[in-house]
Amino acid sequence: MTSAGAPVLSLHGVTIRFGGLVAVSELSMTVPEGGIVGLIGPNGAGKTTAFNIITGFYKPTSGYVEFRSPEGTRRITGLPPHKVCEAGLARTFQNIRLFQNETSIENVMVGAYVRQRGRWWQRMIPLLFPGAAREEEEIRSNALALLCRLGLERYAHSKAASLPYGAQRRLEIARALATRPSFLLLDEPAAGMNPQESAELLGFIRRLRDDFNLTILLIEHDMKVVMGVCEHIWVLDQGALIANGAPDEIRADHRVIEAYLGKDAADA
Amino acid sequence: MHVMSLDMFMQHFINALGLGSLYGLIAIGYTMVYGILRLINFAHGDIFMLGAYFVFFATVQYKLPWAVGVLAAILGATLCGILVDRVAYRPLRSAPRISALISAIGVSFFIENLSVVVFSGMPRPVVQPPLLMKAFSVGGIRLVPLALLVPVISFLLVAALMWLIYRTRPGLAMRSISHDIETTRLMGVSVDKIIALTFAIGSALAAVAGIMWALRYPRVEPFMGIVPGFKAFIAAVFGGIGSIPGAMLGGLSLGFVEIMSIAFFPSLSGYRDAFAFVLLIVILLVKPTGLMGEKLEDKI
Amino acid sequence: MKCAAQSSDKFRNGCLTLLSAAAFAALIWWAASSLDGYKLRIINLIAINAILGLSLNLIYGMTGMFSLGHAGFMAIGAYVSALLILSPEQKTTMWILKPITPLLLNIHAPFVVSLIAAGLAAAIFGCLIALPVLRLGGDYLGIATLGFSEIIRILITNLTPITNGSLGLKGIPAHTNIWMSYGCLAVVLVCVVRIMNSNFGNVLRAVRDDEIAARTMGIDTFRARVLAFTIGCFGGGLGGALMGNLITTIDPKMFMITQTYNLLMIVVVGGLGSITGSIVGAVVVTTMLEWLRIVENPVSIGGFEIPGIPGMRMVIFSLLLIVVIIFRREGIMGMREFSWSWFFRTGSRGTEGGGQG
Repeated sequence: MTSAGAPVLSLHGVTIRFGGLVAVSELSMTVPEGGIVGLIGPNGAGKTTAFNIITGFYKPTSGYVEFRSPEGTRRITGLPPHKVCEAGLARTFQNIRLFQNETSIENVMVGAYVRQRGRWWQRMIPLLFPGAAREEEEIRSNALALLCRLGLERYAHSKAASLPYGAQRRLEIARALATRPSFLLLDEPAAGMNPQESAELLGFIRRLRDDFNLTILLIEHDMKVVMGVCEHIWVLDQGALIANGAPDEIRADHRVIEAYLGKDAADA
Repeated sequence: MHVMSLDMFMQHFINALGLGSLYGLIAIGYTMVYGILRLINFAHGDIFMLGAYFVFFATVQYKLPWAVGVLAAILGATLCGILVDRVAYRPLRSAPRISALISAIGVSFFIENLSVVVFSGMPRPVVQPPLLMKAFSVGGIRLVPLALLVPVISFLLVAALMWLIYRTRPGLAMRSISHDIETTRLMGVSVDKIIALTFAIGSALAAVAGIMWALRYPRVEPFMGIVPGFKAFIAAVFGGIGSIPGAMLGGLSLGFVEIMSIAFFPSLSGYRDAFAFVLLIVILLVKPTGLMGEKLEDKI
Repeated sequence: MKCAAQSSDKFRNGCLTLLSAAAFAALIWWAASSLDGYKLRIINLIAINAILGLSLNLIYGMTGMFSLGHAGFMAIGAYVSALLILSPEQKTTMWILKPITPLLLNIHAPFVVSLIAAGLAAAIFGCLIALPVLRLGGDYLGIATLGFSEIIRILITNLTPITNGSLGLKGIPAHTNIWMSYGCLAVVLVCVVRIMNSNFGNVLRAVRDDEIAARTMGIDTFRARVLAFTIGCFGGGLGGALMGNLITTIDPKMFMITQTYNLLMIVVVGGLGSITGSIVGAVVVTTMLEWLRIVENPVSIGGFEIPGIPGMRMVIFSLLLIVVIIFRREGIMGMREFSWSWFFRTGSRGTEGGGQG
């Protein structure tokens, strides 16, 4: 069923409260290395909140998140988002968040900055620091190559805001890949796509995983995409985990149908 | 530290109460506009200045009776406030917020310089009505009626405003706009009118503050609104931006900090205008939402 | 191949940049030898305002931090430079209210060193201020930086043994000449162009456009903002020092919020986020401010004497700021930059900054 290895990402009893509202409660889940795993649930189930906890935007009220990278396993809860990214997790956003006024290639280059060793002041005196200049040239050509691989080469010098919707989604992924992650979180990659585009997305996500040696965790509402690409699925409802398993098990799961369609549908 | 008698302390106390409530009155205009439009209305301090000038012209120059002069000044400043919104802010409602902010700076700069041209840059003395200045003493503290009138009028106005906001339909509309301007528009509320009303109320209060300020420190000049304006904005932030009781509380706190620190440490008097800014930076670092503010969070 | 075409373009652009720099140097040489003092002063002011505009634009237009504190950093620069340049004799006679701190009395440095010291002092102050304040966003940042600039002014007014208080400093040698100011502008321009064309420049723009996305992409946005703010403050201090040495008199009143408004006007009129824009803005705003003096002086047309209106200059100036922001928010340049490829309309949208002055 899966090509899965040992878990790279694991959440341990993660709970977060906003005021009196419990947005995520006692969430424990794991994602195996090299897997494509889905996180699904009805609107307001706490999926994006879980993403925000993993990527360091929210600090959980209790519980912790562990991430295994080549350097070893470490807790990433409490790390600021940029440190989480440095550790090897990259993400996209539900409502695309590109750097609107910059060109596609600049967007991707910003992604590469986290791995850049040359310092900013070295770029003011390139004659003294040819190494930093060379590194930046490499970053530029790598960015272009990445755009080519994702079929965005013709937009390389267009402003991100001017790209068509689908291209913006891919550019966001390209930018995330430029941070050289080992783990990619996709927040509703199929949102706003027509059936044909979302069918293509299945192959695209698999290729991403294989070409870039990634583990992928994705939030998605489009059940065709989820069932088509995910090897394992976790289901959230009202902040709590209600089921997990292979796509076929989830499809048949009583509680999942109840959460999505209501009690009557589940009983029928 | 300066040692002082209880009488002296009470004197300072009354002073601080007066200054603080004036800051509070100005701060309300900032806090209401910021609460609704997320805009620092830089021109607000200049509306305060206009209020002071209008009362000066009405009573000193044109010899109108005080009651008429005060009403005319409030009305004039209110109209100016509405005009500022209409001309300089309304065209920028859908623009990035920073544009409106720059426009606000431009308007403030414009009103100040226009006042220099129209009123001349020279400070002018205001004649205080003798009735308000007749000193009397209570338990050893010498007071003038004006010193008591300022906080009393301020608190009455705040009470009236609270009633307006929490008990009337326009008040409901204001609160609703500050939560979600688009939804309020969809529900059929004339948003622009309510915003104009907000500016009108804020400007009227600033004018009242300006008039009382002109009476307390009896003179007017075109740049008199800048420093009290900034301080009042700081008071609004200190109290929690968007909250009217917070604005009053912030104003009073600032009044007390300014008066009392100089009363006890006279050597600091040169730094008086810096206190407010220090207070601002401290509150922003310790509790960015202010004493009574709600948290505004960015959605991710 | 495409690459070859690009490198020949690069060669052409490099030549053109050198050529125009040489032409500009010749122009300065001509101006320095044949223009009168008043005109030279305005030409100097243009360069200084361009430096200040560029540094404010780096903070505000490029990194998106609404700072209203530039006048304060200018004040630091102007005072540091003046204190280093004034001779001990001048200092002893000037401090009337209280004697000058002995430590400062004998300290003395050449002009260029004082400029660097001015920039560094402003940068250090800027960095110290940035550390607490840049955690704030948007409007609060504006009001807090404005607060700091006022605090700096109040400190200068009150620390008489160091600054001579409200009397200010007089008789600063007029070291700022047209070569000096345009030399500084050239250095600042090259540095800003290099920064903004490097990946760090991309990062600053990213922080401006979407801070949350930038953080997700592994950027320590706080550090980036502090850096940009500090670099901008260096420019503010440098500009203030040049200004002090041009006008030869400084006092705390010179560095009121009005000064910041003038710079804001330069940046907004030129185009937020555009390097070219700041330079165009400096030229337009500086000359306009001078030209507007007409309305304050009496004019006689056909025998009629029209009295000047004192203060009218700033009325028109502020009105223009409002008109620009309402009707042409993006300013003259928008976010575009001048480049030779753009100049020749060769189609490819290169990002190389030209050597414009």
